[in-house]
Amino acid sequence: MSTAERLTSLVGALRAHGVRIGTGETVDAAQAVEALGLADRERLREGLAATLLHGTAQRQVFDPVFDLYFPRGVGAPEETSGDRDDLRERLAKALAANDETLMARLAVEAVDGFGGYGNSPASDGWSSYQTLDRLRPQTLLARVRDDVRGQQGMSGFTDRLLEDELRRRIEAFRVLVAAEARRRVAERRGRDEIARRAVAPTTDRVDFLFAGKDRLAELRRTVQPLARKLATRLAARRRRAARGSIDLRRTLRGSLSTGGVPMKPVLRRRRPARPELVLLCDVSGSVSGFSDFTMLLVQALHDQFSKVRVFAFVNRLDEITRLLEHGAADPEGLGARIRAEATLTGWHGSSDYGVALGEFASLYADALSPRTTVFVLGDARTNMSDPNLSAVQAITERARRVYWLNPEERAQWGTGDSAAYEYAESVEMHECRNVRQLSALVGRLLPI
Amino acid sequence: MFTSVDDVSARLAETGYLASPAVATTVFLADRLGKPLLVEGPAGVGKTELAKAVAEVAQARLVRLQCYEGVDESRALYEWNHAKQLLRISAGRDETWDEARTDIFSEEFLLSRPLLTAIRGDEPTVLLIDETDKADVEVEGLLLEVLSDFQVTVPELGTITASRRPFVVLTSNASRELSEALRRRCLFLHIGFPEEELERRIVRLRVPGLDEALAKSVVRVVGALRAMDLRKVPSVAETIDWARTLLALGADHLDETVVRDSLGVLLKHQDDILKAGAKLDLDAV
Repeated sequence: MSTAERLTSLVGALRAHGVRIGTGETVDAAQAVEALGLADRERLREGLAATLLHGTAQRQVFDPVFDLYFPRGVGAPEETSGDRDDLRERLAKALAANDETLMARLAVEAVDGFGGYGNSPASDGWSSYQTLDRLRPQTLLARVRDDVRGQQGMSGFTDRLLEDELRRRIEAFRVLVAAEARRRVAERRGRDEIARRAVAPTTDRVDFLFAGKDRLAELRRTVQPLARKLATRLAARRRRAARGSIDLRRTLRGSLSTGGVPMKPVLRRRRPARPELVLLCDVSGSVSGFSDFTMLLVQALHDQFSKVRVFAFVNRLDEITRLLEHGAADPEGLGARIRAEATLTGWHGSSDYGVALGEFASLYADALSPRTTVFVLGDARTNMSDPNLSAVQAITERARRVYWLNPEERAQWGTGDSAAYEYAESVEMHECRNVRQLSALVGRLLPI
Repeated sequence: MFTSVDDVSARLAETGYLASPAVATTVFLADRLGKPLLVEGPAGVGKTELAKAVAEVAQARLVRLQCYEGVDESRALYEWNHAKQLLRISAGRDETWDEARTDIFSEEFLLSRPLLTAIRGDEPTVLLIDETDKADVEVEGLLLEVLSDFQVTVPELGTITASRRPFVVLTSNASRELSEALRRRCLFLHIGFPEEELERRIVRLRVPGLDEALAKSVVRVVGALRAMDLRKVPSVAETIDWARTLLALGADHLDETVVRDSLGVLLKHQDDILKAGAKLDLDAV
């Protein structure tokens, strides 16, 4: 395969993962390859990343895809011992010395020695899970720690950092093993397929409903700048809205320096109207992935906007604004606090939108004004109970705008106990399954 | 400007900027392909420093456009010197209007701002557009024209094209998403926190009096803090500040008291300080 072909299929795989790359960038990348040469793989990686990517988040897709199309090597390593204890021994040394090149080589050996499965050409492959399961690098922690301490002596304060550092090195080794297993599998099954299937999507495309705990931390890092972005965008819009009539007094005063000729008209500043935000969040079990995320968003918005009121519900509704202290960025703790301190359930534990929305309309009507924008976050699955459309209507009448963000795929709306389409008749409902959709939506929807 | 990636690293290092492989490679490519370089990353990792170092290496003049909310065409590109124009008009009372008009819209009354300055010069130039994300969206439109064609059109004077392309560095903290069109015109470089080894070398270079063992401890503590879930993790700039502080305090090794007393140099939020203190067992003593 020529370098040009390799490059275009790399671009194709990146595009399939939603990285937008134009022809111009591909040409730049080819020029970069020419300028850098193929000798140094890490330089090539950086060069291609610089020409093809446009943002930091894309890097986590780029790196594994790059590893597939510009692999470190071909086939099995030249020398393997196949002896588990020996490998563990050498790994322990590499961890202690933080020798990254050695760790990379050991990952190659480990996959070759312990990752293979199956015995017919059609079904066999390499598994990082199996490799790590046999090798158990995490059990080396205590040993390596004692080794290092033995060599260096108890070096006082920084000694307490050692254990965490080793944990991070072991984690890095796991990543290396996963990459190597992917490479070996790709050799067998075709790299195009592996590049599409086995590379995790960028964080902004992870489905909220299925985001696991480990993904949640990443989501948080994506959501926090999003909230800040929203705040600056709002500020920008407010500023633009201020352009209007001329302020005669200040224009004349400004003209003194030009001998009374008004060269620069000064515009009257309008007082900024402060948007008010009300969030109604479904925190029931069926949307747990989403509600964890909701909590992130709520927390982030709460840090950025002064006037946000937040309500949570399962089948009863309670205000939780007081539970959101500024800056306490801990969604898990927050979720627990909400469940402990707010009254969210009545005599059963499943969600009931009808009752919750009714309670909001009757008890917290004072939260709504012609300046309020209401966001309802939930899947509109009301467990066959009355959706209480009149309550929604009442809310729409009192608030400025009402939007519903639904974490379910649009194809699922209206199926089973989903009242999505019924609600969508009176409320603007949007599919909001990942950060990408959310940021597109919020930019469009949020009030000036 | 540069002959190879190694050449970039070596010459940047001479100015006191230690570049990671990613930085060196991208700077080399930006020079070779003649494209602007968009640098993103957390505050204090040396984005602006990079532009300064490149300028020093190339012995180029550094033209800097500091972006902020409300920076506009007249601040970024050029404006007419109105006061001087008025003086000119009132000084020459007896000439015809046509004469005066052609005269007051000439070079003499043009105040060129960073973008125009960078394009007009004949000497090598590094144009630094700092904190691009702070500027309004309209300014990006302005940059598009300048960065893709390296030319500026002044209606009264005509189009001014760069005779010598400046080396352009844009920096951003990603507090606002830059437009796709702008990104497409640039090479993209993310500068993150440096590897432990590199950071140790940076600290040693910037704080000469610090001994090797202490530098190592400093970098390890900072690394541990970065792995914690803090509101604002310490950056390279803070690492250097801390190293300087330790030197000033006369500390020759780290212990609970020293770290606790100087944690404020690294962390800028009270709750971060409390959290880090708890994680590092500073209160156990």
